[in-house]
Amino acid sequence: MTARTAKTNALGLEKTAYKGAESTLCNGCGHDSISAKIIDACWELGLDQRYIFKLSGIGCSSKTPAYFLGLSHSFNTVHGRMPSVATGATLANRSLIAIGVSGDGDTGSIGLGQFKHLLRRNVPMVYIVENNGVYGLTKGQFSATADENQRQKYYGVNPFPPIDLCLEAIVADCTFVARSFSGDPQQCRELIKAALSHKGTALVDIISPCVTFNDTPESTKSYAYGKAHNIELQQIEHIPPGLVIQRQEITIPDYAEGETIAVTMHDGSQILLKKTDHAHDPRDKQAAIRLLEQAKAEQKFITGLIYIAEPRPTLIELEQLTDTPLATLPEERLRPSREALAKVMASLS
Amino acid sequence: MCAVELTTDKRTEAGVLINDFAIVAATVNGSGSQTANNTLVRALFKMGIPVNGKNLFPSNIYGLPTWYTIRLSKDGYIARRPDYHVLAAMNPKTQAEDIEKLASGGICIHPEEWKLKPTRSDITYIPMPVREMVKESGAAPALKEYVANMVYVGAMAELLGIELAEIKSALSYFLKGKAKAVDLNYFLVEKAAAYVRENFADAPRHFRAERMDATQGKVLIEGNSAAALGAIFGGVSVAAWYPITPSTSMIDALMDYAKELRVEPDGKTTLAVVQAEDELAAAGIIIGAGWMGARSLTATSGPGISLMAEFSGLAYFAEVPCVIWDIQRMGPSTGLPTRTSQGDVLKAYYLSHGDTRHVVLLPANMKECFEFGWRAHDLAERLQTPIFVLSDLDLGMNLWMTDPFDYPDQPMDRGKVISYEDLEKFGTWGRYKDVDGDGIGYRSLPGQGPAYFARGTGHTEYATYSERPDDWSKNLDRLARKFETARRLVPAPISQIEEDAAFGIIAYGSTDAPIAEARDLLKAAKVTTSYHRVRALPFSEATHEFIGLYERIYVVENNYLGQMAQLLKMEYPDFADRIISVSHCDGLPLTARWIADSILEKEQGN
Repeated sequence: MTARTAKTNALGLEKTAYKGAESTLCNGCGHDSISAKIIDACWELGLDQRYIFKLSGIGCSSKTPAYFLGLSHSFNTVHGRMPSVATGATLANRSLIAIGVSGDGDTGSIGLGQFKHLLRRNVPMVYIVENNGVYGLTKGQFSATADENQRQKYYGVNPFPPIDLCLEAIVADCTFVARSFSGDPQQCRELIKAALSHKGTALVDIISPCVTFNDTPESTKSYAYGKAHNIELQQIEHIPPGLVIQRQEITIPDYAEGETIAVTMHDGSQILLKKTDHAHDPRDKQAAIRLLEQAKAEQKFITGLIYIAEPRPTLIELEQLTDTPLATLPEERLRPSREALAKVMASLS
Repeated sequence: MCAVELTTDKRTEAGVLINDFAIVAATVNGSGSQTANNTLVRALFKMGIPVNGKNLFPSNIYGLPTWYTIRLSKDGYIARRPDYHVLAAMNPKTQAEDIEKLASGGICIHPEEWKLKPTRSDITYIPMPVREMVKESGAAPALKEYVANMVYVGAMAELLGIELAEIKSALSYFLKGKAKAVDLNYFLVEKAAAYVRENFADAPRHFRAERMDATQGKVLIEGNSAAALGAIFGGVSVAAWYPITPSTSMIDALMDYAKELRVEPDGKTTLAVVQAEDELAAAGIIIGAGWMGARSLTATSGPGISLMAEFSGLAYFAEVPCVIWDIQRMGPSTGLPTRTSQGDVLKAYYLSHGDTRHVVLLPANMKECFEFGWRAHDLAERLQTPIFVLSDLDLGMNLWMTDPFDYPDQPMDRGKVISYEDLEKFGTWGRYKDVDGDGIGYRSLPGQGPAYFARGTGHTEYATYSERPDDWSKNLDRLARKFETARRLVPAPISQIEEDAAFGIIAYGSTDAPIAEARDLLKAAKVTTSYHRVRALPFSEATHEFIGLYERIYVVENNYLGQMAQLLKMEYPDFADRIISVSHCDGLPLTARWIADSILEKEQGN
């Protein structure tokens, strides 16, 4: 890499051009690292912010769209209902890239229904969950992803098993399901890039420690636990479309046979998954479910691409929408003619 | 009761009622009487007779009783009338009560198999061999119950003088010209007519349908279809909904019309319809689409409106255009979901939390269902706010005779939208800045104009985050200015002022039809009235002026609390003592008779 390309991307923009407003979250909040990785991913892919929109629900995580991609439109909606707003927005303009940010309360509790229906409909978007197992803005209640038997200062012991959002996504037929750790910036960035290349809903569930309410060493959503126990399923690298051919020729032979999986994405990019000690084929749905069940039982901290499948038709395709974004259709394509009305009236007389 | 005698009886000297009586078909829900009833309505309509069909049906798929009322009115009255003269008693469970309510001198058609013992001597019984006739028709077992209803169609044709040719062509219309189906049904119609001719030659023929020329150029349509058609011509491109009676047929009609009117040459559509997982999601979808720049709508009823409360507030404060149709019914929960009401006025007007007030349109007839159907989208984008349209089950699900709809008289109003190019021209832009003094800022659409951050509360006029008290109070002041702009833009009320009127009547929505008739009843009793029909909220200044004209203003509505009367008292405290509520809520449309009686009763109390 030359010094020049390190500073500007394909659009000739420096990374600072992708920043947002200053964060108002706690110092050290995992969410801020994720915002930084969204910036990295979009900058590295050379995406035009004018054609991206950001959506969120309510909570600490849902505040973050203000802190990245300042030149993209954004809508901070209501608690747990970002998926439906995303559904309508993507239907209205199929040409834009949608990035949704939610939290574990927003998605796993109040919004679980909308989350599942968004996945079922395969709304084309990147759905990022910033998962810390706790409610921050209301001061430390357990969320639906909190560990069973976890203790909180005021709320005592959580008697309920956690909801695993990746597992929920797989059984809802989501075709891109990944988990990451905000303390692993490189993996986070590569998974977000891969998600942006996926056709349909791509879920990236990122464990993101809450430094104020849930960062005790025994919490599975703490920095200490993540650093000590993170089991990376693969080393992941996203290769943009323009570099794929070159890399296939040059790089792949470097990896030993059978140790690397190359997955070509819908946009022509490729993700290279280099196996670690932990053998997992993310194209195997049953294996992915077993892996998550086992991780839940043993409180294992598993990260990486958990499941990927051939994309299903998206909602846009199933609706057989016209190619022109609905939001930009001119009046003559929206309002039928005077003659058309006369014909309908004649049929009713 | 009132001292003034109100009369609608218009018998000829020979005691014959011509084109001025009512028919009821009492059937079992799910037994397929819809084609029979629609056929009767259409045949009468095609004979040039003003006609109206109202379906009183249960919340049920099969088995509970259903009554379909057809009113013939040579004077063109299309409201419900409570009495009926001709009965097709096809439901054994309700026949005793149905016969009991039949007007004196009436005719009761019923299956012969019941071996009914006549309980009344003042009516004529016409037993029909329904089972035998159906057997003779050779109908497949699955169709038997459906086509059995054609027996009462044929009997009525003979007894009332409905032209068989019109019945046949109506059958062909509803059965989409399928010859085999038309023949099977018409076989029974003819068979029944002949049977009555031969066996009941002496039965009185004193309710007569006689050809006239009062429906020329008119059409028959249900309000939900009219609303859907309006939305299609309003350029709606995203619709989301959750099934709920009585709004479902509006979305069904939207999908049907879209197949015809909104498919591009390449076979792709310009209208996305999504069946959401609930009404919350339906609201979210249309708000997402509206924020993105598409014209969007949902159709629901009271329970759905409740679920849309939070989202409605978000759209109000983030200033996102969208259209919410509320086909009102009784509520909540189950019990009376298939019965009409005007009970959501207050709820819709103030829906959500944190000082929201919404623009509400109140269509009263088929033409307005269509017109407000497209106009609502213009208003939504002009005012950048959710527009509620309050129809009801009576308008939405019943067949109404109407003049054909007028094509929109103005191009679509897409409101104030700023593009990237505009920004270069203007230099600065604040999403919520009131540069024109009408309370409406310039919005920008994702992918098409400069970015801003949309959220509910806590923003400056530049859409930046702010918790400063003065920022928010200024924003609320601007929203109040916007509401005043809305007051000037919404459909204006319609007044009918009579010189010597004793008092004024204010109403809205589906009560318009019975009020027109009630005013004629009152006039016949020498009581002259003025009438003011509110067509939207917020109220227009003209409403204030109308109230100022009379010492007594009767506000007629189909709910229990007199919700519009309450709103008027709140809006115009200076006139609060003039406003008298005349409200009633039993699940049925109001009748002219009830309105006239109730007003007279209150007048006499004065």
